[in-house]
Amino acid sequence: MTPLLETRALSKHFGGLHVTNDVNFALAAGEIHCLIGPNGAGKSTFFRLLLGEYTPERGQILYAGEDITALKPFARIRRGMSVKFQVPGIFPSLSVAHNLEIALQHHLEGASLGAEIRRLLAFLNLSAAASERAGNLSHGQKQWLEIGMAISLKPRLLLLDEPTAGMSPDETFATGAMVQALNRDGVAVLAIEHDMAFVRQIAQRVTVLHVGRIFAQGTTDAIIADERVAAIYLGETDAPPLRSVADA
Amino acid sequence: MSLAMTLLRRLEGPQTLGRGPAFWTAFAIVIAAAIAYPWFADGYTVGNTAYFFCWVFMALGLCLIWGYGGALSFGQTAFFGLSGYAYGVLTLNVGAAYGFTLAALVLAVALSAVMAALLGYFLFFGRIGGVFLGIITLSVTLALERFMAQTAGPEWKIGAARLNGYNGMSGMPPLTVPWFDGEIVLFPDVALYYGLLGLLIVVYLALRILVNARFGNVLVAIRENPERAEMLGYDVRRYQLAAFVIGSALAGLSGTLYTAWGQYITPSSMGLTAAALPVIWVAVGGRGDLTATLLGTLVVLGGFQALTIYGSQYALVVMGLLLVVVVLAAPDGLVVAAMRGLGRLRRREAGR
Ligand SMILES: Nc1ncnc2c1ncn2[C@@H]1O[C@H](COP(=O)(O)OP(=O)(O)O)[C@@H](O)[C@H]1O
Ligand SMILES: [Mg+2]
Repeated sequence: MTPLLETRALSKHFGGLHVTNDVNFALAAGEIHCLIGPNGAGKSTFFRLLLGEYTPERGQILYAGEDITALKPFARIRRGMSVKFQVPGIFPSLSVAHNLEIALQHHLEGASLGAEIRRLLAFLNLSAAASERAGNLSHGQKQWLEIGMAISLKPRLLLLDEPTAGMSPDETFATGAMVQALNRDGVAVLAIEHDMAFVRQIAQRVTVLHVGRIFAQGTTDAIIADERVAAIYLGETDAPPLRSVADA
Repeated sequence: MSLAMTLLRRLEGPQTLGRGPAFWTAFAIVIAAAIAYPWFADGYTVGNTAYFFCWVFMALGLCLIWGYGGALSFGQTAFFGLSGYAYGVLTLNVGAAYGFTLAALVLAVALSAVMAALLGYFLFFGRIGGVFLGIITLSVTLALERFMAQTAGPEWKIGAARLNGYNGMSGMPPLTVPWFDGEIVLFPDVALYYGLLGLLIVVYLALRILVNARFGNVLVAIRENPERAEMLGYDVRRYQLAAFVIGSALAGLSGTLYTAWGQYITPSSMGLTAAALPVIWVAVGGRGDLTATLLGTLVVLGGFQALTIYGSQYALVVMGLLLVVVVLAAPDGLVVAAMRGLGRLRRREAGR
């Protein structure tokens, strides 16, 4: 079966810094997949390549079998991708409800739009803040709001960059439950995450990214048991550091 | 029927200040007063008010591009001048018979829309934003001013219309509406005043509907966070371009009406001072809201004219100071601040 998302030899560098190195990655439809790796491993960059915010130097990105490498970001979103960024991206001086309306107006209007906004607000635990300026929300609430906007698009593939950063264990668990609920409705999820409890809660498979390469891949249990993976998190690996042009 | 209802509902919304019976009652009173006004004022004063109305369209257009869309164009006067000259060239060649001045008005505005589409395509699809957008649009209007200023020689003519360099073009006919027996000439007093008042109301209400519709939602989303807007599946460049074309067509409308009002247009209407003034009107009233821009523009225009009695340089200095004070003290604009204060007061009264 064709994967929902596939990259082939995807490569990106910033000047001499090779941030994405020959990444061959595949994600099946309906899968929950976690992407882990130390800070600076190139995880967020990989997302921006998938979304078309960065143009790769080499390689291809396929979505549902279609080569989308040259598509603009909005066109990829319209094909069913959606994202929550690492730094929350919201519309700060608009109300919380208005933020959601802008995401929902693609496929809803009138009374059903209002009803869906109320339903989402309750789901995101933001009902009390509906008419609050989004910029006044706490960091955690902004994350929820952005997740709410991302799922409003009814994506087939949801990209989440550190969705639980700054959340309490309870909130983290609730986020995990939400991701699983979405997944039951057929949404595939690719999540960058540091919290291993969260990874264990949701992930079916895990990919470890290190210095822009796929370092390891497997089931959650296998990855957690892998000593080499623990080692790169502790900086005790003999894997080469990010290659620069000077010494390449 | 249901379309009309949808449009009417869009007259109010999160993107515009003023809602509910209180606002629309005030709106109706203002319109009634504006209609009655010529009975109490002399022809010169009414014509002067019509002159103020001419400029408001450009301000509303800039409000859409900058206040709602977040793209500061510093060169809306390029379209003002372009359309003004186009109206002059067309009417000086063809004349005013058979309602041609109205056709010239439409053509002049359409020319600005087309030019804005070309320039805007280059700007927005080239992802030029922020301060560079201001610099490029300003350069365009200054280049046009320079170009028109050097057209003094007799070789610079289009058909019967001499461009006349720095002295500008004059003697074009006023707007003329064909009527059953004969025609109505909108001389720059009461007749033009009513024509412009009607046009202003239509444009103001249409823009209210536009900014509260899905289009306006996307526009403010782009202002707030273009990356997020794109990540919601909107082609940011197209929306910015559309706002720029509409706003610039309104600048063209201002230029055309101004030319028809005074029956002249000069290159200085595209110069640095002229280019800065719309930015001041919109910023002082409140760029984020159409009503604030409308009121602010009229008040600042009136104040400016009152000050020029003491000398136009002096008036410009005051305008500059006003801009600085507003940016520091009420960055959302004076009218917006006042309307918000009024709203809070009313809510407090109601809460008691
Ligand atoms: N736009 C950019 N320009 C230059 N360097 C960048 C850019 N974006 C990311 N980087 C660099 O690429 C590396 C990987 O960054 P990132 O993908 O954000 O890592 P991660 O999300 O895994 O922590 C870092 O060293 C970062 O400094
Ligand atoms: Mg990151």
